This record gives sequence, C-alpha cells and structure tokens, in this order.
Amino acid sequence: MTSWTLLIIAALTATGFFVGQAKAQGLRNAGTASLHSLPAYHGLLMASMALAAAGITTLAVAAIAGPNSLVMPAAAALLGTGAIAASYRIITRDFRARNRFEFFVMLVLIACSAVAVLTTVGIVFSVLFESLAFFSEVSPIEFLFGTHWAPTSTPPSFGLIPLLAGTLLITFIAIVVAGPLGLLSAIYMAEYSSRKMRGVLKPMLEILAGVPTVVLGFFAALTVAPLVRNAGESLGLNVASESALAAGLVMGMMIVPLISSLSDDIINAVPQALRDGSYAMGATKSETIKRVVLPAALPGIVSAFMLAISRAIGETMIVVMAAGLAANLTFNPLAAVTTITVQIATLLVGDQEFDSAKTLSAFALGFVLFCFTLVLNYIALRIVQRYREQYD
Amino acid sequence: MDASPQMPTLSKVPRILNERETKIVASDVNVYYGEKQAIKNLSIDIPDRAVSAFIGPSGCGKSTFLRTINRMNDTIDGCRVTGDILVDGKNIYDRDLDVVQLRARVGMVFQKPNPFPKSIFENVAYGPRIHGIAKSKADLEEIVVNSLKKASLFEEVKDRLDHSGTSLSGGQQQRLCIARAIAVNPEIILMDEPCSALDPIASARIEELIDEIRQNYCIIIVTHSMQQAARVSQLTAFFHLGDLVEFGDTDEMFTTPKDKRTQDYITGRFG
Ligand SMILES: Nc1ncnc2c1ncn2[C@@H]1O[C@H](COP(=O)(O)OP(=O)(O)OP(=O)(O)O)[C@@H](O)[C@H]1O
Ligand SMILES: [Mg+2]
Repeated sequence: MTSWTLLIIAALTATGFFVGQAKAQGLRNAGTASLHSLPAYHGLLMASMALAAAGITTLAVAAIAGPNSLVMPAAAALLGTGAIAASYRIITRDFRARNRFEFFVMLVLIACSAVAVLTTVGIVFSVLFESLAFFSEVSPIEFLFGTHWAPTSTPPSFGLIPLLAGTLLITFIAIVVAGPLGLLSAIYMAEYSSRKMRGVLKPMLEILAGVPTVVLGFFAALTVAPLVRNAGESLGLNVASESALAAGLVMGMMIVPLISSLSDDIINAVPQALRDGSYAMGATKSETIKRVVLPAALPGIVSAFMLAISRAIGETMIVVMAAGLAANLTFNPLAAVTTITVQIATLLVGDQEFDSAKTLSAFALGFVLFCFTLVLNYIALRIVQRYREQYD
Repeated sequence: MDASPQMPTLSKVPRILNERETKIVASDVNVYYGEKQAIKNLSIDIPDRAVSAFIGPSGCGKSTFLRTINRMNDTIDGCRVTGDILVDGKNIYDRDLDVVQLRARVGMVFQKPNPFPKSIFENVAYGPRIHGIAKSKADLEEIVVNSLKKASLFEEVKDRLDHSGTSLSGGQQQRLCIARAIAVNPEIILMDEPCSALDPIASARIEELIDEIRQNYCIIIVTHSMQQAARVSQLTAFFHLGDLVEFGDTDEMFTTPKDKRTQDYITGRFG
C-alpha cells in the first residue's frame, strides 16, 4: 500500500501545481489589473497544500491503522483533493501566494534541521536508558572511581579510571605532537608561503586528513610501534610491543591536518588592516605574527584545538590496532594502555546477550564519552562566539 | 612612459619650501603593479614641519605614492618601485637601509581605524615595546600618556586604559591610531584618508589635532575633501592618472590653479 500512497501524493502535488498555476494564469489573462503573485507561486502554494494535507494524513493513518491498511491511500487521496479544492477557491487576483509560500519554505527548513536535533536527542536517550540499566547492576561510584577494569573476569569489575587514564594519555600525546606541528604549519601556510607553495601544501594536508583511520591504524601497528620499540630498546628502555606512544604519535599525525587547516582559516580571517598597522609601526613579520596576528586569532585557535581533542578522544581504530587492550592504570607512555572507545568496540563485538552488565557497561562508557566531548565542544563553541564579536 | 605634450612642468618652487627645510625629496619615481604603472615619473620636494595634502580623483595613485615613503609597498605582491626617494638626504630604497627602522621614523595612519585587539595602553605601547624605546616601566607609561595627550584622547580614556582599543568609537579609535603612531616619535606621519570613516565632528577633532602637532612633524595627508585640504594643509599636491600635475601653496592652488585639470577637479567638473 505504501508505494500506492506515495504515488497518489506525488500525483496530487503535481496536480496542485498545475491547477493553481492554471487558475492564476486564467485570472491574469482575463483581467486588466495585475496579479499580486506570479502564477507559478499560486501553483507552488497549492502543490505545497496538497503535499502537506496528503502527507500528514498518511502519517497519521499509518500510525493509527498500520501501513498496510487500505485506508491509507484512500484518506491521502481524499484529503489531498480536499486541500486542492479548498485552495482553488481562495486564489484571487489579490491573493498573496508569494508571501504565503514563504511559510512553507520555512516549514521545510525547520523539518530538515529537526532531523539532526531529533537524532541527537534519540541517541542521548537510548544511551542514557541503557546506562541506567547498567547502573542498576553496578553502582555509579564503583564505575566512576574504580581503578580496576576487567569486564570479562569473574567476578567482573568495572572501574573507569584506567580507561580514562589511557584515553587522556593517548590524547595528550597526540596533542603534544599535533599542536605545534599543526599550528606552525598553519602559520607557515597563512603568513610565509607563496601562493604556489600554499596551493601544494594545503591539498597534501587534506589528503592526510582523508586517510581512513584503519589505514593509519595499521601504519601505527606495523610501522610506528616497532620503530618506537626499537628506538626504546636501543636506549635501554622497556617498551611494550603495543605502546601508548605509538598510538599517540599516529593519532597526532591524524589531527595535524585538522588543526592546521582550521588554524590556517582562522589566521587568514585576521584582517589585513591589523597586519598593515603592525608593519607600519616597524614590526617585523615574526613580531607581527607573535604580537598581533596570533593574539587576535587565539580564541579561534583554542577552539580548533578543542575540536581536535574531541576528535582524538573519540578515535578508536588507531588505538585498537596500536595501543592494545590491556587496561593498565599508568601514565607511562611506553606501556600498553586501552581507551574508552576501544573497550566499547570490543565489548559489543560478536554475539553477546544484550542485558548482561558486560555489554551494558559499553553504554555507560559511551555516555561518559559523550558528556566529555559535549563539554569540550561547548567550551569550543563559546570561545568561537566570543571571537566572532571581536572584529566588529 | 608616454611623453604626453601636457606633461606637468612643476610650478615655481612653492614659497613655503624656501622657508622650511625639505624633508623628503622624490625624484623620477615610478611604481608598477605587475605590468600596470600606477605612478609615472614623479618628482616632488616635501617640506618638514608642515602639512602637505595629496588630492586627486580616485585611483590616481595617491595611496600608492604615500606607501612608497614608508615602503609599505614592499608588502604587496608584484609591486615594484624605481627612482629615488630621499628622507633627510638618505635614499630609503638603498640596499642597506633598514626598513624596520625606516618605519619607526615614518608613521602611518590608515583610512579605516585599525587598533589592535589589545588594551588601549598596549596599543600605544606597541611601537615603544618592539623598538625598545622605553627604558623602564615608568618610562613606558610616560610615553603612552604623553602620546595619548598629544592625540587629544587622554582625557576620554584615562580611567580605562586597560579596556580594549576596539571598544572605542570610530573617531576615538582613529585618534588612538594617531597616538600609536606618534608614540615612537616619528619624524614623518603619513595619513591616508584618516577621516573618511568618521563623522564631521570626529573629523574636525582630527583636523584640530593635525594642526596642533604639525610644528613637530612632516605630515602628509591624503584626502578627498577639498575643504579638509584647504583647512589643514599648507601645501597641496594634485595627482591625476599617476602624474603629479601640480604642487604648491594650498591657498594659491585653490584660488589660482595653474593647470586646467587642477581647476576642473577643484571646481568639481570631474572626479
Ligand atoms: N595592490 C594593488 N594591486 C594592483 N593594483 C593596485 C593595487 N593598489 C592599487 N592599484 C592600482 O593602482 C592605481 C592607484 O591606486 P591608489 O590606491 O594609489 O589610488 P588612490 O589615488 O589612493 O585612490 P583612492 O582615492 O580611491 O584611494 C589604481 O589604478 C589601482 O587600481
Ligand atoms: Mg587611496
């Protein structure tokens, strides 16, 4: 029945357009005074009315009687035709179809943005409910402050702290690597490089940004991790074959393009007039950058860093492949660690019954992660807002 | 170079030049943007301790020539300058000239006020800091306060020196930029349409200010307002399509222009 209904709605919409347009065209040809709106607007308005009436009816009937009911196409056809008939009568010379149509444009736009908002809300609630189920089995205190993570052992223990520590450690390493690299290359691209050089560099960085994280992951596991290990061993250090350092380094490379390309845009947005002002005072290029351009761009750069951090926190593949699964509570970058995202992935992979504390803990982890990145993004947004106000 | 028959033969050396020292001597200056020539064989002597106004229709090269004097054209891709410009007898296009130092001696105020997004104090302290002019903190404070006073802005901002320079009104911002420029004690101040973004009252204050400080500086102001040129300047230069048509005493130029083009422009027949 669904396909029939869709066909009917489409037909009614098209009919609405042509009927409305034809009536308005008729009025236009008949009289001497001009129409308020062009015939096409009358057509569009009538089409929107038909679409809205038939569409809403369909959804309502489907909700009440189920999508297989014969009522659905019938009701859609009836109300759609009704809408056309009703709006046929109100088309006059003075009818402001052009202004009324704006309303439908707005409705469509609202509907589109609502999709994203509703999706977010849906995700939050589903994660929240599963987390609550988890917390009815494991106390939140134990989860949030426990220092031992072993969901598969008997009895299992769900202490978040080692995962949080691992996540922060790897993220920290990544930012230490990517922050200076990204920012300095952004400064080079924005202020020093010739236009030709920039035309080469920027696409290269964007290619790096486009490398799938799985690929980066096995680059980390097969190339960087052994490299780190050999380097460590030649210095007499004991390095695990899967180390936080290797994962952090590669993750840093992953977010370099993010930081550099955002910072580059931000630095370019600093008005040229400020640079000119500084040069005219006799400042050199690096003085101008240090004292005028970077301070002016700082809020934007900070928010670029925040975005990069939340990207790093959410990253899974590289860590799965390069940092291991051992939930060690350590801040030693040479040891194997694991992160929140990796544990979520491993907990939910394979056949699992969906109501054990073990699988439910994945949702609790997800919820923690979500709160974490939410706060970071919120801070980043607030900073950007302040930054926007600045040049006006 | 097109040797057009009506190449300007410079009027007799302006009276005022005999009374004052010459600060800037430009001879045979050409400026190109890529292939396009924006200044053609321009020669001019600009006196010290006076205000010289540059007038002329839009696109005639006033800003371009102004920017050759502090070598701001260096920052523009594809801009090329030939000829000599001497400041105090020294060629500023010499290979061994320190541009950074030149710009400390030649201050500039822009069309649109461009205070840095820093505090009022830091805006004025910018130049003294980068050039290491102040010997102590107290010294720096004194320089800032004096510069703000000279720019007749101090009274309005004295109890909010730590507020952002961008929080001031347009006219105040422009005076802040003037204070910033004079804080490094320049000898020359270039102003490119400093009042064009301001209302008449704010403009009048800037004009007053220019008049007050002109005894101590060589000031060049680009303006589109004949009245402003007449009010603030002692000398006026009229530019047309990259040529310097006429340069002389302001009063004379506005009463008895020598060139037909000058006359047409100042009487508003083209522009
Ligand atoms: N950065 C640039 N690149 C290329 N051409 C330029 C550049 N700046 C100026 N020009 C050209 O040089 C000529 C002179 O420009 P300039 O800005 O000096 O004129 P102006 O007299 O200051 O005009 P206005 O009164 O409108 O400010 C113009 O034809 C302009 O198009
Ligand atoms: Mg100009």
